[in-house]
Amino acid sequence: MNARIKRVYPIEENCMGCRLCEVACAIEHSEFKDPLMAFFNGRPQSFTTVEVNGATTFSLNCRHCDEPYCVEACITGAMHKEPDGRVIVYEDICVGCFMCVVSCPWGAVNPKEGAKKAAKCDLCPDRELPACVQACPNRALVFDTTEGLIFELPEEEEEPFVEG
Amino acid sequence: MLYKSLSSFPVFEVERDYDKCIVCGCCVQQCTFDATYYLPYAKKVITDEHKCVGCKRCEAMCPTGAIKVRAVTNEFKHNAYWDARTIRDIYKQADQGGVILTGGGNDRRFRVYWDHLLIDACQVTNPSIDPLREPMELRTFLGRKPDALEVEYNEKGEPELKTKIAPNLVAEIPVIFAPMSYGALNLNMHKAMAAAADAMGTYWNTGEGSLHRDLYKYGHCTIVQVASGRFGVSAEYLKVAAAAEIKIGQGAKPGIGGHLPGEKVDEEISKTRMIPVGTDALSPAPHHDIYSIEDLRQLIYAIKEATNYEKPVSVKIAAVHNVAAIASGIARAGADIIVLDGFRGGTGASPAIVRDYVGIPVEIAVAVVDQRLREEGIRNWVSIIAAGGIRNSADVIKAIALGADAVYIGTSALLAVGCTLCHKCYTGRCAWGITTNDPHIAKRLNPDIAAERLINLLKGWAHEMKEMLGLMGINAIESLKGNRLRLRAIGLTKEEMDILGVLPAGEGI
Repeated sequence: MNARIKRVYPIEENCMGCRLCEVACAIEHSEFKDPLMAFFNGRPQSFTTVEVNGATTFSLNCRHCDEPYCVEACITGAMHKEPDGRVIVYEDICVGCFMCVVSCPWGAVNPKEGAKKAAKCDLCPDRELPACVQACPNRALVFDTTEGLIFELPEEEEEPFVEG
Repeated sequence: MLYKSLSSFPVFEVERDYDKCIVCGCCVQQCTFDATYYLPYAKKVITDEHKCVGCKRCEAMCPTGAIKVRAVTNEFKHNAYWDARTIRDIYKQADQGGVILTGGGNDRRFRVYWDHLLIDACQVTNPSIDPLREPMELRTFLGRKPDALEVEYNEKGEPELKTKIAPNLVAEIPVIFAPMSYGALNLNMHKAMAAAADAMGTYWNTGEGSLHRDLYKYGHCTIVQVASGRFGVSAEYLKVAAAAEIKIGQGAKPGIGGHLPGEKVDEEISKTRMIPVGTDALSPAPHHDIYSIEDLRQLIYAIKEATNYEKPVSVKIAAVHNVAAIASGIARAGADIIVLDGFRGGTGASPAIVRDYVGIPVEIAVAVVDQRLREEGIRNWVSIIAAGGIRNSADVIKAIALGADAVYIGTSALLAVGCTLCHKCYTGRCAWGITTNDPHIAKRLNPDIAAERLINLLKGWAHEMKEMLGLMGINAIESLKGNRLRLRAIGLTKEEMDILGVLPAGEGI
């Protein structure tokens, strides 16, 4: 794929685990876009998760894989790889089977709060920088627009298809 | 809260606006003193105010501005003599019977001489200079200057300098990052100071905790310290640096040694300081091989020998009552730079009583040392660095006009990267990630961001200093050095003005 692949990369050494990325993501993807309205009147849901294990913390969100498992698993075509490299959900086609949720090796696709739909990171199309990147006080998230794969996905042995 | 001493009253109160709190848990995660916690059944975040140190980390990090940390309003019954701090200190000592520790610099209400000095400006008869239009030089040379210059002519008849010039440090701005050791600070702060000093063409000082291997590449802008503990001092350490500094005393705790608790000595600090992991790093109060000026001379020349006479050697002393005579001795012992650390200087840990009541202000120390060395005709032998409580560019200008060559900034540098002066450095739990070696908390200080902020601070000060030089009609900082006629005193007594060597405001030349 020749399109510029945009991704948000976590920098583990800089992440202090404050979870402001989660707050920013939830606000950005709420119906109100205001912190207080989003949390008191909306259904805040963050698509990035801060993983914590002792001193090791980092914010994990959708990798927008080149060959996404979620897209492969989707039975309706709602989960879609866009020409610009983003992997997004078309909610109107999504039937809520959650095969994408099960198939994502990063745990980055989740059921939408209060709806039978899949929900995931969309790289904040309305913003210049994704909300999580802008909210990080310690530059532990960077928005990378370089081409090509940086992380190799784990090779999986394909199981032979058995009829019947 | 339940099992505390009856006389431990909270110092800060944390006001949380529950109409704004979204229970994101950021403040809970950020509080390193376990003062903030989450009540799951009530879905509320609350604060144990007894543990709050007033560092304002939660306030700064709260995404909705729901938190206000402020000093308690229900203080003890008003008493102009027994103030709340005195009362608390007595309670604390009655509870525990120990020395009250603190960090940071002297915060008592002593006269701040900087605030009683005013800077002169040009009007009509002597033109001021616009630093945006004309060149303005802040470059400062630190080190021994020759008594006289001898010039000889070569066979072509061109003049050549015959005098051998002693090694000098060249700082593009006369502001140097003060010695703060690796151990007291974490490596991220050292990286930031080194990078900022490198970018701004000035220097940073390692403090007594030696220099981490990763920072050897910044050797050209590093002043390495040799203190009474001799931590990590090796031939390589001295050779990699731009200059070496013998630390005799520290402004925050003159006459007292240092103590880095064993818990803070991790693998990296152990390697850098060359001591076993987990052992206390004790700096003795005196250098056990220095009991006289002659002994000091031996150490100065041992370092000069080790560095092939290619690097200036500095001696840092705390500003104490007899500072002028001591400085004269240091100059005669062969030092190239004398650092005078005033009583406002900071520390990672010191008994509060020593920090608050020992030493003298750096303004006075600089003035008397400069005066004494001039009178003895040896001012050119040494450069003077003023340290301890330099707050802004005007303080730098005033220090230089009083007779300093450059200044050290420690507290200002820490403030630039987030410090809120809560003075809990000695706990090793700094919520801003500056004076902690806990690997998780230290991540809060991103060295790249910290370096940018330090560079911004120095750039800002440089602009302001150029403006101030311009308005005095001076185009090089070296021309201001010791020019006390450009200062006037306001609200000082006759004796104070005599000691500072400045005229009262209103008196012309």
